Amino acid sequence: MGNQNPLAYDYTVAKLFLFTTVLFGIIGMTVGVLIAFQMAFPELNYLFGEYATFSRLRPIHTNGVAFGFTVSGIFASWYYVGQRVLKVSMAESKFLMTVGKLHFAVYVLTILLAVVTLFMGITTSKEYSELEWPLDLLVVVFWVLWGVSIFGLIGIRRERTLYISIWYYIAAFLAVAMLFLFNNMAVPTAIVSGHGDWFHSVSWYAGTNDALVQWWFGHNAVAFVFTTPIVAMIYYFLPKESGQAVYSYKLSLLSFWGLMFVYLWAGGHHLIYSTVPDWMQTMGSVFSVVLILPSWGSAINMLLTMKGEWQQLQTNPLIKFMVLGSTFYMLSTLEGPIQAIKSVNALAHFTDWIPGHVHDGTLGWVGFMVIAAMYHMTPRLFKKELYSKSLMETQFWLQTTGIVLYFSSMWIAGITQGMMWRATDEFGNLSYSFIDTVVVLHPYYTIRAIGGLLYLVGIFIWAYNLYKTIKVGRDLSDKEINVNASPMSAN
Amino acid sequence: MFHWLEQRPFFFAVGVFLTVSFAGLIEILPNFAEQARPTVGTKPYSGLELAGRHVYIEDSCNACHSQLIRPFKNETDRYGMYSLSGEYAYDRPFLWGSKRTGPDLMRVGNYRTTDWHENHMFEPTSVVPGSIMPAYKHMFSKVADLETAYAEMVTVNKVFNVPYNQPITMKDGSTETVKLAETFDEARADMLAEAKLIAADMKNQDVKDAVERGEIPQIVALIAYLNSLK
Ligand code: HEC
Ligand code: HEM
Repeated sequence: MGNQNPLAYDYTVAKLFLFTTVLFGIIGMTVGVLIAFQMAFPELNYLFGEYATFSRLRPIHTNGVAFGFTVSGIFASWYYVGQRVLKVSMAESKFLMTVGKLHFAVYVLTILLAVVTLFMGITTSKEYSELEWPLDLLVVVFWVLWGVSIFGLIGIRRERTLYISIWYYIAAFLAVAMLFLFNNMAVPTAIVSGHGDWFHSVSWYAGTNDALVQWWFGHNAVAFVFTTPIVAMIYYFLPKESGQAVYSYKLSLLSFWGLMFVYLWAGGHHLIYSTVPDWMQTMGSVFSVVLILPSWGSAINMLLTMKGEWQQLQTNPLIKFMVLGSTFYMLSTLEGPIQAIKSVNALAHFTDWIPGHVHDGTLGWVGFMVIAAMYHMTPRLFKKELYSKSLMETQFWLQTTGIVLYFSSMWIAGITQGMMWRATDEFGNLSYSFIDTVVVLHPYYTIRAIGGLLYLVGIFIWAYNLYKTIKVGRDLSDKEINVNASPMSAN
Repeated sequence: MFHWLEQRPFFFAVGVFLTVSFAGLIEILPNFAEQARPTVGTKPYSGLELAGRHVYIEDSCNACHSQLIRPFKNETDRYGMYSLSGEYAYDRPFLWGSKRTGPDLMRVGNYRTTDWHENHMFEPTSVVPGSIMPAYKHMFSKVADLETAYAEMVTVNKVFNVPYNQPITMKDGSTETVKLAETFDEARADMLAEAKLIAADMKNQDVKDAVERGEIPQIVALIAYLNSLK
């Protein structure tokens, strides 16, 4: 071992995760579109008995896109980026190869079981922690395997200094491990009592404490699944694709350590005006505003990386995805802190403005980055030219339109809802019954669903384009692939 | 210093971990004891109520409903007294929810009745035209899992000292006791007795027949839970 050409990277595991990224993306977002239509047309709740009601499907959507689509994308990118920035090939270590394959196998098994159990209504009800304890144990197993893979590869690296992306992957690994363990602490009831379903458990924490731990986790699941590893991706893929060096190392440092310190404090913004102590709510609120700094730090660092090279936006659709992705990241990290201001939160909390905010981050930032990363990787994994540039353009515009429809309709819906709940007449009586505030939202729910549908069509185009690339894309195996702009066919 | 760290993955990881866990240590740990104390009048769930709570969770009603009344006049007008921390002392997990596609249910037991729920859960639009809440017809035939509810009572009693079989002071100064039976058979009989009272207020014949036979459809347990939300 050790004598091979260090540039002969082994992408077996990256390819496997690329495949699940696409698959779970399609499944998770199809369910997303279905539940969006259900809110506009409730008859759609009865397609499949008790199993297809909005409430059973919603956790499948959130888990499917977060832990299926996004996490697969993160793993795929890790098994690609990791080797390249550490200058070491997976092929150099049989052990790490085995760990990688096992990592994939346990992961896929977990996600499949998750889908089945959620359909059956087996859930703890805690958002993004819905899975019951046996599945939690499987999550721990594949997460630890990922950790072994990260630190194993780092252990045999040739490049001594860890590139910025690696910082973010390490942070994602550690923080999710800690948060996940604490939030899922539960006592299996069958073991203690000898009765009932063996997989049922009861939370270690009760009431307000449970809420506190849940949102300390929930908010930071956003931080360390939807933010940190995605930043890792953009720090690698944008400079690569554009051929530009990262704008500022100092800004990277500031943003990284700032993000690490500040993010965890912000969880309290999910609990404003609840029964958790006031000082925590205030901390949540204040730190959320501070969070703008490190978030915008990364985003600006990325945008300025394109300085002097903006014409690439016209010529390269991948640059478009990434630049708009950073822009959506800035939008949602400005919107979030605004919603965390107490008086705004009083209006916005519990309304559709929140899912609106969630989706300009997830569709615009997470979705676009994962899409771009997979487009960048595919020609290099399979030695093929990307099948169609014009399809990429179509996809980009369809999805961008979809996102705009999604968040603008949810802004209006959320604010309308919030205003109507609190409206009173001249005598101080509530002006609207609850159902008035439901019926009025119908047009916005319809628009949101159509926006989502456009985004989903884009996902199908992406899948098709990748599939065609692998099947019939022009063969590049005898050529050296351009280190920067991805090779793509003009048609 | 940062350059040094970036070449030493171990210390780098430790640095990240410390930075990240700092907030948790300060924010979360100190509050645990303080928050867990129940308010006067808050009692643990009975077996049937707990079985109903499991139905509520199985069908993720919390995807559309909150159980947290914030201290604003419009909310207290609409839903009743704002929430107090101690009222949730026996909620494992908490069910505050994060979105109100439907109204808050924290105190729904104060203003909705068994027969109202029966009609509404079977076909929401028949009671509230324009509702986008799904109908939950399967709950009228699917049987509630009483044994798992019992298992949970035993567990929280053993592990977290939830006060079953102990007098609990109510708001008016009287005391009430929530029973935890010695055996599952006994617990089952208690739940059935509670279910019969609810079925008596319902009109669905299949549900009534099932309860007569000694089975408890999910809807009965769910209504017991909804009625307990006060
Ligand atoms: C798609 C979202 C949605 C889901 C899921 C949902 N509901 Fe509803 N619910 C609503 C809406 C909207 C209303 C208001 C209109 C109405 O009364 O039907 C409502 C009203 C209610 C009410 C009446 C409250 C009041 O103050 O009038 C109760 C009780 C209720 N739901 C219970 C449940 C239960 C129990 C479940 C889970 C089995 C559930 N809901 C699931 C949307 C939902
Ligand atoms: C096709 C595109 C999508 C559509 C149509 C869609 C639709 C929806 C709908 C209707 C909801 C429920 C909102 C509610 O309860 O009111 C939801 C929730 C959610 N979705 Fe999506 N979604 C899409 C893509 C995504 C993606 C790609 C992600 C993440 C990567 C994502 C993450 C989430 C999360 C985290 C929630 C929970 C939000 C909250 O609790 O406020 N979605 N989505």
